[in-house]
Amino acid sequence: MRRANAVDLRIAAAARAGATAVATLVSALAAAQEGPNLGVVATPEQVAAWDLTILPDGSNLPPGRGTAREGAAVYMEKCVACHGREGAGQPNDRLVGGHGTLTDAEPVRTIGSYWPYATTVFDYIRRAMPYTAPQSLTADETYALTAYLLYLNGIIREDEEMNAETLPKVVMPNRDNFVNAYEPR
Amino acid sequence: MTTHDPGEALEPVAGNGLLHRRLFLTGGAATLGAAGLTLLTARHARAAVPPEVPQWMKAPGAPLSAYGARSPYEAHVERMVGSQPGTTGSGGSRTPIEHLEGIITPSALHFERHHSGVPEIDPAQHRLLIHGLVERPLIFDMEALCRYPLVSRIQFLECSGNSAGNNAPEPAMVSAGAIHGLISCSEWTGVPLAILLEEAGLRPEARWLVAEGADAAAMSRSVPLEKAMDDAILAIYQNGEKLRPEQGYPLRLFLPGWEGNMSVKWLRRIKVTSQPAMTKDETSKYSDLLPDGKALQFTFPMAVKSVITSPSGGMLMQGPGLYQISGLAWSGAGRVRRVEVSADGGRTWAEAALSDPVLPKALTRFRMAWRWDGGPAVLQSRAVDETGAVQPTRAALLAERGAQYRYHYHAIQSWRVTESGDVVNTYA
Repeated sequence: MRRANAVDLRIAAAARAGATAVATLVSALAAAQEGPNLGVVATPEQVAAWDLTILPDGSNLPPGRGTAREGAAVYMEKCVACHGREGAGQPNDRLVGGHGTLTDAEPVRTIGSYWPYATTVFDYIRRAMPYTAPQSLTADETYALTAYLLYLNGIIREDEEMNAETLPKVVMPNRDNFVNAYEPR
Repeated sequence: MTTHDPGEALEPVAGNGLLHRRLFLTGGAATLGAAGLTLLTARHARAAVPPEVPQWMKAPGAPLSAYGARSPYEAHVERMVGSQPGTTGSGGSRTPIEHLEGIITPSALHFERHHSGVPEIDPAQHRLLIHGLVERPLIFDMEALCRYPLVSRIQFLECSGNSAGNNAPEPAMVSAGAIHGLISCSEWTGVPLAILLEEAGLRPEARWLVAEGADAAAMSRSVPLEKAMDDAILAIYQNGEKLRPEQGYPLRLFLPGWEGNMSVKWLRRIKVTSQPAMTKDETSKYSDLLPDGKALQFTFPMAVKSVITSPSGGMLMQGPGLYQISGLAWSGAGRVRRVEVSADGGRTWAEAALSDPVLPKALTRFRMAWRWDGGPAVLQSRAVDETGAVQPTRAALLAERGAQYRYHYHAIQSWRVTESGDVVNTYA
């Protein structure tokens, strides 16, 4: 079904005015900051419910807390089948170790040896893990798992609590080795 | 039809039998037919030659159909599927480029790279949320998005992990698609992202956006705002019909010329930010480790590249004679300006014919005539794009980056033709 609508009328008007390419219309719309305006304004509650993005400064980290000790139990139940005992890997990604191997012929890239930001661990677990049941963990379980993986990599202490305040302050060992190659035009 | 061998009149232009590209330029089609250039394809055992009348002329054919299917004789042309351990939906499937011609990849053969399977999305329930550093966070349904002005462009999509197999110390004895099949090209139709961002109203501190898919991995990548406002679209159609589920139905971000992972499929959310989110797929993955331990991040554009698709790995030459060399070239920086071909491992080169259309950030088909004398040969192609960037040799690329770079491999591919006619991957 195709309805007559505001955009169709704009296209017709543009065609009458001699602007044959839709691209012209598009750029005209963009330049005028004027579009069909068919979006519905989202409420803060709607945005909060969908927003999974955690920035490296920790913004948007949810309330909650966890330690490595608590995370170990969650790991043994929900992670060990794919990532091995204590993050040793197999059948899927190794999560622990590899420190100092990045200049080797066979570098071992793990959370501890390679990942530049601790917030990424929380962000990724929350959105995508466990593989068969993503977005099923509580915030406390996610903080605890994050703490466990940081602890196994020797980055935090076993009793150190991870929460929205402490997690962004964790400095990952490889942070300074990432180089931004993007050059804006 | 002429009775003499028109190949005699063909002019050699480089070593080991390469002939002038005029054969493929305008007006050369008749010559080409007479020259009997063969594209390497499987030969069928028997033909319905006169005086026999073929069986399919002696009874009415199959009924009309609501949605077409290819000939069963082409059923062997398939994507090469490889999934990660313990999963069926994570991993990649590669386009069999050695079986295809022209520049458009059939939608059913477009390569796949998924991180947690292909979601089955009801478009009536799908929503796009744009929020973050905007004046008005907005929600769009698919019906609304389809009412925006649409643009259509023929452009390639390439996974930045494409061709990484050629980093291996020994060349794998596999096909062109198995090595280079994470490349495809479609006509993409969708809404320019700039329009929607303008409607939401960008705040002055806006520099990036974070795109997220509605798959079970909620795949997420950060994109510079310059790209979003330049040529990014929200694609709804691929090759004239709605996107395939495995290409992001009902909505995908499409970033022309940039590494495929960023063109987030099943797009459900765009958060405008002042900085990149440092997601797993822009730190742990899709970053390029250098020999000194530094890692390049945000290496977005796909570099100039080409590959000969026929003859290519796994094919068998049908005896000495005239052959059509055919291949693909592309660049994330714009148009392909020139492709050169060598039949002697890079000692001498000659310019190939580029088939129209030659479009920016699209696959470009090149062709070359070659008289194979039955001796050993090494076929190579080397692309140059409109910025003057030249496709490097494998040795030069590895010397520059080391073998752990992993992504963005774009070196010259070499195919060795043996005296027995076998065509195999080689590092020349």
